[in-house]
Amino acid sequence: MSEQDAQQKDMASKAHADVHQDESDAAQGTTRLKIFRGDAEGGSEVEYEIPNIEGMVVLDAVLYIQAHQAGDLAVRWNCKAAHCGSCSAEINGKPKLLCKTRVEEYEGQEIRVHPMRAFPVIKDLVSDVKWNYEVARSTIPFQSDEQAPFIMYEEDVERLYEPKKCIECFMCQDVCHVLRTHHKHPEFAGPRFFVRNQWLEMHPKDTQSRLEYLKEGQGGIGYCNITKCCTEVCPVNIKITDNSIIPLKERVADEYYDPAKWLMRKIRGRRSPKTGAVVGRNGNRNGG
Amino acid sequence: MSGGTLSWSSFTARFPWWAGSVTTVAILGAFTIYSIFIVFFQPVGEYGGYLLSPMYSPPVPSPIDWLSPAIFVLWIPLGFRLTCYYYRKAYYRAFLWDPPNCSSKAQQREPRSPENYSGERNLWVFNNVHRYFLYGSIIVVAFLLYETIRAFFPDGFGITIGSLLFLLNVVLLSGYTFGCHSMRHLAGGRVDCYSCVRGGNLRRKSFQWVSVLNGRHMFWAWVSLFSVWGADVYVRLLMAGVITDLRLV
Ligand code: SF4
Ligand code: SF4
Ligand code: FES
Ligand code: FES
Repeated sequence: MSEQDAQQKDMASKAHADVHQDESDAAQGTTRLKIFRGDAEGGSEVEYEIPNIEGMVVLDAVLYIQAHQAGDLAVRWNCKAAHCGSCSAEINGKPKLLCKTRVEEYEGQEIRVHPMRAFPVIKDLVSDVKWNYEVARSTIPFQSDEQAPFIMYEEDVERLYEPKKCIECFMCQDVCHVLRTHHKHPEFAGPRFFVRNQWLEMHPKDTQSRLEYLKEGQGGIGYCNITKCCTEVCPVNIKITDNSIIPLKERVADEYYDPAKWLMRKIRGRRSPKTGAVVGRNGNRNGG
Repeated sequence: MSGGTLSWSSFTARFPWWAGSVTTVAILGAFTIYSIFIVFFQPVGEYGGYLLSPMYSPPVPSPIDWLSPAIFVLWIPLGFRLTCYYYRKAYYRAFLWDPPNCSSKAQQREPRSPENYSGERNLWVFNNVHRYFLYGSIIVVAFLLYETIRAFFPDGFGITIGSLLFLLNVVLLSGYTFGCHSMRHLAGGRVDCYSCVRGGNLRRKSFQWVSVLNGRHMFWAWVSLFSVWGADVYVRLLMAGVITDLRLV
């Protein structure tokens, strides 16, 4: 056995421990990854070579490099179970959860790992997502006339389960061309927050309207041209465009673009966005 | 992730990123040219008194000889498709490259600069009339249903290839029309509390039915486009005497 082989075997067994594999799944060959190294000032790709381990995800590969080859390589992660949404980055130009993406998916292809590009880079694979928390603060919060705990019926809340699945990985924000290419951050909330607003708007106990925020305010839903890249990348399969954005666009159309609706409002008075009841009389949300 | 999803993505990954755009442009472009040709150069679209091409239904008599009666009808389904949320996605991507697709490389080719990009805020804001085209299209589908029934009576009851084609067309068009996002909103999507409103359960059920169709809206959009197109070509071939309408029953 050559010295190189011995070294490789050693590396492979260390990687084994990292990914909790059986000793019997010995490493087969190596994989090369190009990883962005740099910060807000700039940077470049650096190539690393690591031993293959069956079932290895890209985060394993990155952590292997961090442990054995580049101790200062920055990467953000927490759960390693596709739950916390921390490890979002871009693999070959597409947003991915590093902990959910297997290396073997890229067999025969280059693997190029970069931080999310719609946000400023802090270091290496870590980008600064704090802008999203500012948008979260601009969102009109839940408010109800009633005191929690509420009695709610299954049929009224079943549509709220899907938006609730969001793990705030912000990959939909990253891939959205309105943010990524057109940098509309100050006037566009982005798909993640349309998901959030849909949840709030459809909540049977919430009494606020967010349509003005969405159309005129920081929501900026008109910038979205429903081209569905957000839906393509969501790791929890929220149908962002079909089930959150388009329903909100339809509600905005009710309020701002539908002459018949406008006329009805003039004649019959404004109705509650929640129940269709005339608003203002007894504040009765339960009327028909 | 299911095996099916994996193999579909690996199938599409074989094509260059612009392949989807080129296909969409080719099909929608050809359909548009075909429709313009019908409207301006084909005043008649009926065969044997029982097969009226779907592009001419409902039949409105044209006051000008050379102008096809289709012009008084076709703007409704064409407007419906033009403002449809699915086709919007398709043409923003394929024709305007806004963006051509989702990869980083493709997005870098977006032709509009940040200052010039306004999404659906300026020109495309007219797409918000979609619901009115939906109302019109429901009427058109009702007429098509009537024409389909007529197609089963070439001379007394009978089933021909033409009548089956018309039946298929009306089914596919209904799948497209009743799975529309505006329909979904109208049916019950805009209600927040089904248990609070009168007829809430019916609203919820309708919402769920429309949602089932809506989940495959892209599929319905394409197959119904081809069925309308196919039915019109079929009628035209019959009119030209190239084929005969084979009678099965
Ligand atoms: S559908 Fe809208 S929000 Fe989603 S990525 Fe496209 S433009 Fe952005
Ligand atoms: S909607 Fe999906 S892609 Fe967007 S932040 Fe939530 S989980 Fe991530
Ligand atoms: S580390 Fe939590 S989602 Fe990847
Ligand atoms: S959304 Fe496609 S027809 Fe209405």
